[in-house]
Formats: sequence, C-alpha cells, structure tokens
Amino acid sequence: MTNISLEAPEAVRGQPYPGAPDNWKRFFTFSTDHKVIGIQYIVTSFFFFLIGGTLSMIMRGELITPDADLVDRTVYNALFTMHGSIMLFMWTFPVLVGLGNYLVPLMIGARDMAFPRLNAVSFWMVPVVGILMLASFLVPGGPSQSGWWAYPPVSLQNPTGNLLNGQVLWILAVAISGVSSIMGGVNFVTTIFKMRAPGMTWFRTPAFVWSVLGAQLIQLYGLPALTGGAVMLLLDITIGTSFFAPERGGNPILYQHFFWFYSHPAVYVMVLPAFGIFSEVLPVHARKPLFGYRVIAASSILITVVSGAVWVHHMFASATPGWMRILFMVTSMLVAIPSGIKVFGWVATIWGGKIRFTTPMLFALGGISNWLFAGITGIFLASVPIDIHVNNTYFVVGHFHYVLYGAIVMGIYAAIYHWFPKMTGRMYYEGLGKLHFALTYLGTALTFLPMHPAGLMGMPRRVASYDLEFAYWNVLASIGGFLLGLSTLPFILNMVSAWIRGEKVGNNPWRAYGLEWLTSSPPTVENFEETPVVVSGPYGYGRNQPLVGNIPNPGLTQFPESLTQQQTS
Amino acid sequence: MMKLRAILIMTVYAILVAMTSLWMAKQSYSWFPPEAAAEAKLLDDLFSLFTGLGTFIYLGVIGPFLYSLVFHRASKYDMSDGPPIEGNTWLEIVWTAVPLVLVLTLSFVSYRTYEKMAVRGPMELVHLHMPQIIQPAYAEPFDSKPQQEIQNAVETAPIEQIDVTAKQWAWIFHYPKQDITSTELHLPVDRRVRFTLRSQDVLHGFYIPAFRLKQDVVPNHEIDFELTPVKTGTYRLRDSMFSGTYFAANQADVVVQPFNEYQQWLADAAAGSPTPAFNRAAFEYSQANDRSGTTKDKVAVRGWDTIPPAPPPVVNYAPKREQES
Repeated sequence: MTNISLEAPEAVRGQPYPGAPDNWKRFFTFSTDHKVIGIQYIVTSFFFFLIGGTLSMIMRGELITPDADLVDRTVYNALFTMHGSIMLFMWTFPVLVGLGNYLVPLMIGARDMAFPRLNAVSFWMVPVVGILMLASFLVPGGPSQSGWWAYPPVSLQNPTGNLLNGQVLWILAVAISGVSSIMGGVNFVTTIFKMRAPGMTWFRTPAFVWSVLGAQLIQLYGLPALTGGAVMLLLDITIGTSFFAPERGGNPILYQHFFWFYSHPAVYVMVLPAFGIFSEVLPVHARKPLFGYRVIAASSILITVVSGAVWVHHMFASATPGWMRILFMVTSMLVAIPSGIKVFGWVATIWGGKIRFTTPMLFALGGISNWLFAGITGIFLASVPIDIHVNNTYFVVGHFHYVLYGAIVMGIYAAIYHWFPKMTGRMYYEGLGKLHFALTYLGTALTFLPMHPAGLMGMPRRVASYDLEFAYWNVLASIGGFLLGLSTLPFILNMVSAWIRGEKVGNNPWRAYGLEWLTSSPPTVENFEETPVVVSGPYGYGRNQPLVGNIPNPGLTQFPESLTQQQTS
Repeated sequence: MMKLRAILIMTVYAILVAMTSLWMAKQSYSWFPPEAAAEAKLLDDLFSLFTGLGTFIYLGVIGPFLYSLVFHRASKYDMSDGPPIEGNTWLEIVWTAVPLVLVLTLSFVSYRTYEKMAVRGPMELVHLHMPQIIQPAYAEPFDSKPQQEIQNAVETAPIEQIDVTAKQWAWIFHYPKQDITSTELHLPVDRRVRFTLRSQDVLHGFYIPAFRLKQDVVPNHEIDFELTPVKTGTYRLRDSMFSGTYFAANQADVVVQPFNEYQQWLADAAAGSPTPAFNRAAFEYSQANDRSGTTKDKVAVRGWDTIPPAPPPVVNYAPKREQES
C-alpha cells in the first residue's frame, strides 16, 4: 500500500497520509479533506435525524388521544427532551456545518479549511456527543426529562439518586458539542477571512459564505455563555454548588439568561445558512442574478449583530422587570428588518426569471414560503402582551417548527439536491425528489399549522396529556407527523440509489456560476488544479461575463450556440 | 398601456388583500377561548391588529411570489437567462423603511396595551420599594372599554387578595382575610384581584387561557400579579412552565361568579372542615406504584423513577368533580 504514492503521485496529492483509501472507505478515516469531513458530518447527522424523528413520532402517537396512555409520563418527558436535543445538537447544527465544510472552501477557491486537523477533530467529537446522548437511555432513571433547555430546578432534581444519570450525560454531551462548535467557528471564520481566492473581494463572495460567516460569528460570541451555564449546572448537580438551586439560595432565572443568550441566536446559526442556500439556489434555477445581493449579504451580518440582544423575549413571563420587557420587544422585532430584506430580494430574484421546477428549486421556494409565515408569527411572539398569552403553548411549538422544519430542513434538502451532482458526479432521480418535496411540504403544513390554533386556545407545550378541547388539532398534527416520517423514505432511496448508479453528469449540470462548479465532480483532493482568479461578481446570469480569468467554464458553453443566440436576439 | 394595466392589476390585488386582511382580523377573535377578563379584551384587540397586518404582509409577498412561479417559468427548450437585474436602490430603501416603521409602530402599540393591562403589582413594576411613588398604569386616562372596566374595578371596591402556592403537583389558593384554602380558584366578577404567587419547589406557570394572562412562579420569589375577571363561568388554570413528571396534570378550575355568590362560597368554605382534595398526580403515582393495582396495564410503556408528588393537599374546600376519573 505504501508504494501507491510512488506509482501515482498525482492521485494522492494532498491525501492525509500516503495510501489513504480513495473509495467509500475514506469516509471512515480521520481524513483532513474538508469534502470528506463535510460528507461525514452530513451522513452522521442524517442518522440522528432519523432517530430524532422516530422519537417525535412516538410523541405524536401519544398525543393522538387526550390521555397519557401510550407511554408513561416519565417516558414522554424523556422523549421530548431527547427529541429536541438530538434534533438540534445532532442534526441541524452538524448537517449545516457539514454543508458549510463541503461548500465554503470550494466557493471561495481555497484548497481546504484553514485548520484541516482541527476540522477533523471537530467532526469526530460529534459521534461522541451522539453516543453520550443515546447512552442515557441505558442508565438507571433513563435520559434527562427536563426538556432541551434543562431549566433548573427541574433539571437539578434527581429521583434515582445516582451520580451517573441522564441529566449529567446530557450536560456532558452539550458541553462537548459546544467545544466542537467553537472549534468549528474558529476554523470557518479564519477560512473565510484569510483564504478567499485572489480577486474575491467581500462583495464578490457568495451569499452562502456571508451567511456561514454570520452564523459562525454567533457561535464564537454565544456558545461560551451556554457552555459556561452548562458547567455551572453540572456543578450544582454533582458537587452541590448553588448557582441555580433555590433551596440553597441560588437563582434559577440566572440560568435562563445564560441559556437564551446563546440559544436564541442559535436559531440564526441554523437559519442563516438556510438563507444562504436559498440565495444560491434561486439564481441558478431562475437564471437571474440575486436581486440586491449586497444588502442580502450585509443583512446576514446585521442579523448576527441584532440577534445578540433578543434573548430576554423568551423570559417575558419570568420575573422580568417591565423596562426589560419593552427593550427586548423592540430589539426582537428589529430582526424582522434584515429577514424581510432577504425575502423581498428572493421574490425580486425569481420575478421575471426563467424558472425551472427542479427539486432543489422546489425545496427552496417551499422553504421561503414557510419562512414568510414563520417570520410573521415571530413578530407576534416579540410583542409582550401576545407573548404573555402564547409563550409555552403550542403556538410557540408551531412557530418554532415552521422555522426549523419549514424553512431550515427544507433549505438543507434544497442544498443536498442542488450540490448532489457536485458531491457525487451523478444526478439524483427527479421523480423521487418531487415526491419527497410534495410529502414534506404537505406534512409540514399538516403537522405544524394545527399547533397554532391549539396554542391560541391555551394548550401548553410539553404535555403528555391534554383536555378534550384540543383533540381535533392534535389528531391532525399527528397524521401530519407520520406523513413527515414517511417523506424521508423516497429521499433515502433516492440518495442511495443515485449515488450508486445515478446518471453521470458533467462538472456543471445546472450551468451555474460559482467557483465550485469550475472543478471536477466530485472535486479532486485539493479542489482546483490551478488557483482561480476571480474577475467578477458571483451571480452573472444573463451577463455573459466570465467569473474567473484563468479557468474556462465548460458548463456555460455546453449548450448549442444557436439555441442561446436565438433566445437572446 | 402595459404600465396602466399593471397599475390597475396591482390596485385591484391590493384592495383584495386589504379586504382579506380585514376579514382575518375579525376572524382572529374566534380563535381564542371566551374573553373572561378585561385584559383578555385588550389582548384580543392587539392580536387582531397583528393578524390583520400579518395577513396583509403575507399575501402582499406571496402574491407576486406565486405570480412569478406561474407565469415566469422557462419553456422546455429555453436555455437562455433572464434579464440581469441586480438591484434597485429606490425599491430596496422602500422595503427596508416600510417594515422598520411598521415594527416600531407595533412595538409602540404593544407597549401601550401592556401598560393598560397593568398586570404586575405595584411592587413588581419597577425595582423600587416605594409603591406610593410609582403610579400604576390604570391611574392614567383611559381610552378603551376594557381599560375602563379595569378602572371601574379598581375604583368601586377594594382589591381582593389571594395567595397562590404552586408545587409538584398542585395549586393551592389561600384567602388570607377569611383564612380559607381551596384547590379550586374562586373569583368575584368585575373586581380587581391581586395574587401573590409563590412556588415551593420548581418553576411553575400561572396561566389562565381565558384571561390571556400568564406569569411564571419562581421559587424564593413572591410575585404580585393583578387581573380583572369580567365574565362569570368556569375556566381552566394550567401550569405553563414545565415542572416535571406530572406537569400536564397540574391543572385547576377557576370559577368566576357574582360577588354575592362568591361571598357565599367563602362563608360555606369557612364553615367546612378541612378535607384532602383529589389530586391527579398523587392519584396516578399511587396507581403506578400499586403492585396489585388493576390499572397497571393502562399504560403501554412503563417509565422511570419520578419525584414523588406531594400528598393531596388538605383544604377547606375540595371540589368533587374530578374524583371519579
């Protein structure tokens, strides 16, 4: 094996070590190639997506009747705790980091991330976190039952009396996940600042890269607060300190400040990359430049800044003084401005375009329409009096899942379909993709829309049983939830079979602008044969101008000259 | 000609959207439980305003969005690009400024509504322990019917004081003047009521959906909370802040009744001897731990250990309704 490098020096250039496998086995190695790590992240997180989804379907099974009769109340509490924790820490964050890992170096013309080994270490902490989370099902007393936000004093109560319990494992998992994400954040920010190709000025940098930059800056300022809060909680549980324990004089509200200082901006850590994906997918499949690219790019950073001052809106009903309620109401509502700028820009992008309903386009459009709805209910939640009525009800659950499933998961699917040909060199099956979209879109609406009226009527969240008056909306939501479970099947079938025997397509099947489409599919080890020199902005559709000076874009000349001339003349 | 037609279409669409928004704003009142408190009316008006504006924005954006999806699609063999329009400064300024004005307005209106509700006791409004200096919001000139109701309630009668204790998992209501305890909350209609909220263990949420009001109950912390019931009937009090295993079962009935009936109830309760009240958490816990119990098979999946619920509270007034279930 060691003499491969002598026989084929070109093929292994940049490999982590001589003789590293060049087939599917490389995904099981400590590879430092950002593309391998990206796919490692994506596939690992999908595994946990299915686990988290299964937990949610047991919950919807419990909630299809008003009584607590499918699972015991303690099991139900553990289910929603683990559902939330797994979906956030093991699915949404990792899959978006994976997409960023795969795409950012390619999009900015870099050979790899700034710190390849740190990148690999960040990834390998993710399975450790996952194992800790799942192991908590096996310890006496079961997993944490205090919800994904683990508010004390409930999270300090330990009915088994064991030091090794689900709550402690949960905190360890969250702390490790936080360390992994901070390392990732350092890596992304350094890469984006320092490794852009020559000629790629800030306003020639794709909107997706801007959005990842905004998201990762939040990780850097926010995560230390959450991780610190988690450590303090751990000390309260294990050695009996009294940061948050009221019976020892601690203040449980203090934890909420620590927690939400990060965990509200964390929503933007997740939704910003999804915005970036929408901004990349729409121009390609509508054949138009991204409308208002500069403001869309800058609004990502604006969201990063404003989101640093919105956390108290989760605590309007806590013992929060009036002035704080008013102040944070205004700042929370201000987030609507940069978000609105993006939505208007997307609508203007597709306006008058040459739209093609490919699967990634459908997911992007569906995600935007869901985001529009979720953004508007978000303004409702920022208003103090309305929030006093609906917080901690199913209205919030519905709103939150419209953001997460409706916009972010849709965006993730759009990205995976859009860049699938780049990652594998093969095309997915369009029919299965469209079936997947239809099931996902319908399932999202049927699951999460009914939660809004249930919440307005006063159904609290996190309940294992409820009053009869809420039954109608819950039956609908449960049917929708099972439909969402079903929707993943065509996706998995599509991805697996297309990766093995899908149609081979060229480097640029979408005829897209962007550095990532100038290299081979899948890209070679160090991405580019020759460092690209960028000479124009990122969305030159309809302009007939080159993106880089030194590499021709074969994708743009693949089509018969006569046809394009006919249309433009 | 084309421009005129476009303007005409847009005007017609804007009118349709405005009418739909108005209709939705009116509809929004029906999405709630009955308006049993003056504060609920204030909230519903505010919510209706938000619903109307929200619908207008949603339809205003989704209309052009769907229009381009339907009419701006590429034909099958059309490989060309769309027009390379990259931006429009004037348009971008407008669609930044309009939402900015809108959210600032909504913040202001929300703030006014919050002030009119004045749900936090005078001690809680500001962290100054000089209640006589802080003017409660209801002392300001009123400009709406619900606010007038709140004002009337304050002026016509002394404020009723009720102590509320939340614990895992029960609500206990104490009437200090008569020294009565109950697990059912009785309130006089059209009177201002002041609660002092306390928790014995974890965070709880004092939430009566029919009143649209909610306040977290924090251990080691007494929280004054005021409201004005204006409609007789029986409503539900729910724990809104997750409080552990039997969280969902931690509910109580709220009976709003005319003042004389309320007085009568107080007198009856004072005469009654203390009895243990039915408590769902304690009931379920004893069933689950009853080895020979017949209800053991009711739940498909057995769970893990839990904090034992407090024993059923012994109170002057214990409602009988729930004992059967």
